[in-house]
Amino acid sequence: MTDVAARALDTAARFGATYADVRVVRRLQQGVDVKAGRVEGTSQSESEGFGVRALVDGAWGFASSGHMDAREADRVAGEAVRIARASGRYTHERVVLSDRPVARGRYETPLEEDPFAVPLDQTVELLLRAERAMAAVPGTTTTSAGYHAFREWKDFAATDGSRTEQVITHVGASLEVSAASDDDLQRRSYPESGGYRAGGYEHIRRLDLPGRAPGLAEEAVALLSAPVLPPGRRTIVLHPSQLYLQIHESCGHPTELDRVFGTEAAYAGTSFLTTDKLAEGFAYGSELVTITADATVAGGLGTFGWDDEGVVAQRVPLVSEGRLTGYLSSRETAPQIGRSSGGAMRADGWNRLPLIRMTNVNLEPREGMSLDDIVADTEDGLLLMSNRSWSIDDLRLNFQFGVELAREIRGGQLGQLYRNATYTGITPRFWGSCDAVADASSWELVGVTNCGKGQPGQAMHVGHGSSGARFRDVEVGVGNR
Amino acid sequence: MALEAGATQAEAVVIDGHSALTRFANNELHQNVAEADTEVSLRYVDGQRIGVASSNRFDDAALRGLASSARAIARLQPEQDWFRSLPAPTPIHYAEGAWAEATATADPEVRANAAGAVIAAAEGVGAGAFGLVETGSATVSVVNSLGVDASEARSRAQVLTVMMGPGGGSGYAEHTAVDIETLDPSALGREAAQLTTASADPVELPAGTYPVVLDTYATMDIAMWLGLLGFNAQEVEEQQSFYEPGKVVASPLVSLTDDPTDREGTPASFDYEGVAKQRVPLLDAGACARLVHDSKSAARAGTVSTGHALPAPNPWGPMPTNLSMVAGDTPRAELIAGLERGLLVTRFHYTNVVKPKSVMVTGMTKDGLFLVEDGRVTAPVRNLRFTQGYLAALASVDAVSRERRASDGDGYLGTIVVPALRISAFEFTGATADI
Repeated sequence: MTDVAARALDTAARFGATYADVRVVRRLQQGVDVKAGRVEGTSQSESEGFGVRALVDGAWGFASSGHMDAREADRVAGEAVRIARASGRYTHERVVLSDRPVARGRYETPLEEDPFAVPLDQTVELLLRAERAMAAVPGTTTTSAGYHAFREWKDFAATDGSRTEQVITHVGASLEVSAASDDDLQRRSYPESGGYRAGGYEHIRRLDLPGRAPGLAEEAVALLSAPVLPPGRRTIVLHPSQLYLQIHESCGHPTELDRVFGTEAAYAGTSFLTTDKLAEGFAYGSELVTITADATVAGGLGTFGWDDEGVVAQRVPLVSEGRLTGYLSSRETAPQIGRSSGGAMRADGWNRLPLIRMTNVNLEPREGMSLDDIVADTEDGLLLMSNRSWSIDDLRLNFQFGVELAREIRGGQLGQLYRNATYTGITPRFWGSCDAVADASSWELVGVTNCGKGQPGQAMHVGHGSSGARFRDVEVGVGNR
Repeated sequence: MALEAGATQAEAVVIDGHSALTRFANNELHQNVAEADTEVSLRYVDGQRIGVASSNRFDDAALRGLASSARAIARLQPEQDWFRSLPAPTPIHYAEGAWAEATATADPEVRANAAGAVIAAAEGVGAGAFGLVETGSATVSVVNSLGVDASEARSRAQVLTVMMGPGGGSGYAEHTAVDIETLDPSALGREAAQLTTASADPVELPAGTYPVVLDTYATMDIAMWLGLLGFNAQEVEEQQSFYEPGKVVASPLVSLTDDPTDREGTPASFDYEGVAKQRVPLLDAGACARLVHDSKSAARAGTVSTGHALPAPNPWGPMPTNLSMVAGDTPRAELIAGLERGLLVTRFHYTNVVKPKSVMVTGMTKDGLFLVEDGRVTAPVRNLRFTQGYLAALASVDAVSRERRASDGDGYLGTIVVPALRISAFEFTGATADI
């Protein structure tokens, strides 16, 4: 344990905290962005600090600082206690924390090649090569490529004797190409959401950005002259490049137990998955739908050793064969439904309070049909790929998504390309219309680095695995009249 | 240190800040946080190569390490043919009213009392209050080797609440200002409570096209998306924007400016390159006027920066961060009185762009949607989803309110000051549902 952490815990306890924990966090990030044949930006950032969470008379206080010395440890711990006392004046329900074993140990993201040891000029050259391959396709208007590496050293200590050390490493690289006319703009991107994984530079090499670049650019140009997807009700097959965000928005967020209890109502919203639905085994989707929150899956951005309350990483069923079976939870919220924490408390850096966040929320694959088999089994439908836009109401019921690319399916064959494809629905009806989930052969893990929640805002790294699925009688082409 | 390390030019941006935020939910405080930090960002220029490194460590060794990292990054990359120079000094007329001591020194008690006033208003109508009280201040300093030397203390305070009451009623109120003493938490609480009561037991209306009055919170969303997608010189260069000089895209009643001196908002005098912020007309009586520039977009376009740089490195280009829509001459009440049959919209929730070039956006109404008949509010309406081109909406504005309000630009574009708008046609494409 660092001197600052020990000092802060001692001070918080001395000032009256019945429980306190401290995270000492150092972050290192590198980024390269190239566009139109030039380097737009190359950067490295480093940030270090500590945050103290103090519980006083059943109310929380949190304070943090980037100034790492003993005097500041005293000031910040004292401020956390003072804030807790101010909170207590307007707190009716006293916080009760669920038990957990004292946390001890070390976790490090497994990786083959340290991304911070790879000279940046190699990455610059790789990105420029891929970007030039897109720009060489006639009809493209903007081409760009990006790379980011992220490492966080996090030491956690609590007044109950818990001490953990973690080193988390995430890397990502991606391509984006646009084709524009006077009144329209079409975009293709690869991979989804910045191409992030937990791991090392080996992931960047496996992406084969230069190899994927020409085809991606050709699709963007083709989209610009493709017909607009007509409005109607259709069967849709969601590719993992879109399905990941459907899971994120319509299952991940509504199963966050703090949302269910209303504590995110002022920003992110609440949830239709109220706790009475847990007892009744609410029909969230069809019996093909099984969704888990798995903080142990290899390569996920939501994979770690312990959460930011010192709860060990675990695999929590959220929806089992269509029925609601669990929530993403914390030590404070889980006891309110008679359970122990599912280990989902995570903070975006030293200066943020841990909140209930997704880990890796995955749609489990089903034995039976591959994604290709599902397309072949579809008489009349659409294959929708790569997210372009998203919106969902505060209860997480009414959603609308747009995708980069849609292809008609006729008689089991892929055909006509459509642009500006959108679809909309109501969450449990939509998942209830799921009549096919693909097997593990097309399972992909997509990393999301911009999951927003909390005030002040926190952007969390989370993961979503899926293999593709089919949904019947879905409204498509919204806004295309 | 960068110059000692061999830089031909160098720039340092230092942000020394303290902020605190008190959150409340279900009529009690549940999260209460504070943060202090100082961060330095160094832009190291080696001819036409540029490296950026940042850190929050300030000891001598850390700063030397920062210069070394920035140099190493710069030397690893190819020359940037667009780059001419870091900005030279420009006269900065420091805006009045950028900082308030009351905000900078607000303690947990001040924030708790403000939250308490909002909660009291909610309890008065049997509702639950959810929201925040935030105070923060920062000194932003920019120096470069060409003589730029700018420093300004800025502060910002915000009170925001969502209320939820019986019968599914919900309300909202928010105000952002430099000085916390200009915010009235009790009045904001009453505003949200009134909406909560009025929006209970809503009726269902079918999706379709309706005339609307957009209250200021909803108008803010339109200004925000126009700011993000329309007037950024880099996006225009990349053919991602609708912008063409002089092109008429909105009603002549609509004028939008980036105004860093507007004291109803949160003034700022220079950008993150130390360039004086200009007041830039973006939409002038419905026609596209000027663009915002940073030094990079200005160099490519052969013009000068308007003082709209974000912190480097910035692949997104310059952004208007002090949007201000010009008020009209119609009292807000008359906007509603002039509606034969239509909808009054308090605000939009979770909006996202569907088609960038027409600024077509989808999202939900929230916290008060009302049917207006013969100029009077006659019933609350269950929330609707809309999918609407914001340019088309602005083209059909037929009245603009005299009153304006400063709102937080949803975390993206600083503080946005806007009036309410009456629009003759707005397309709603779906409704929420019972399950």
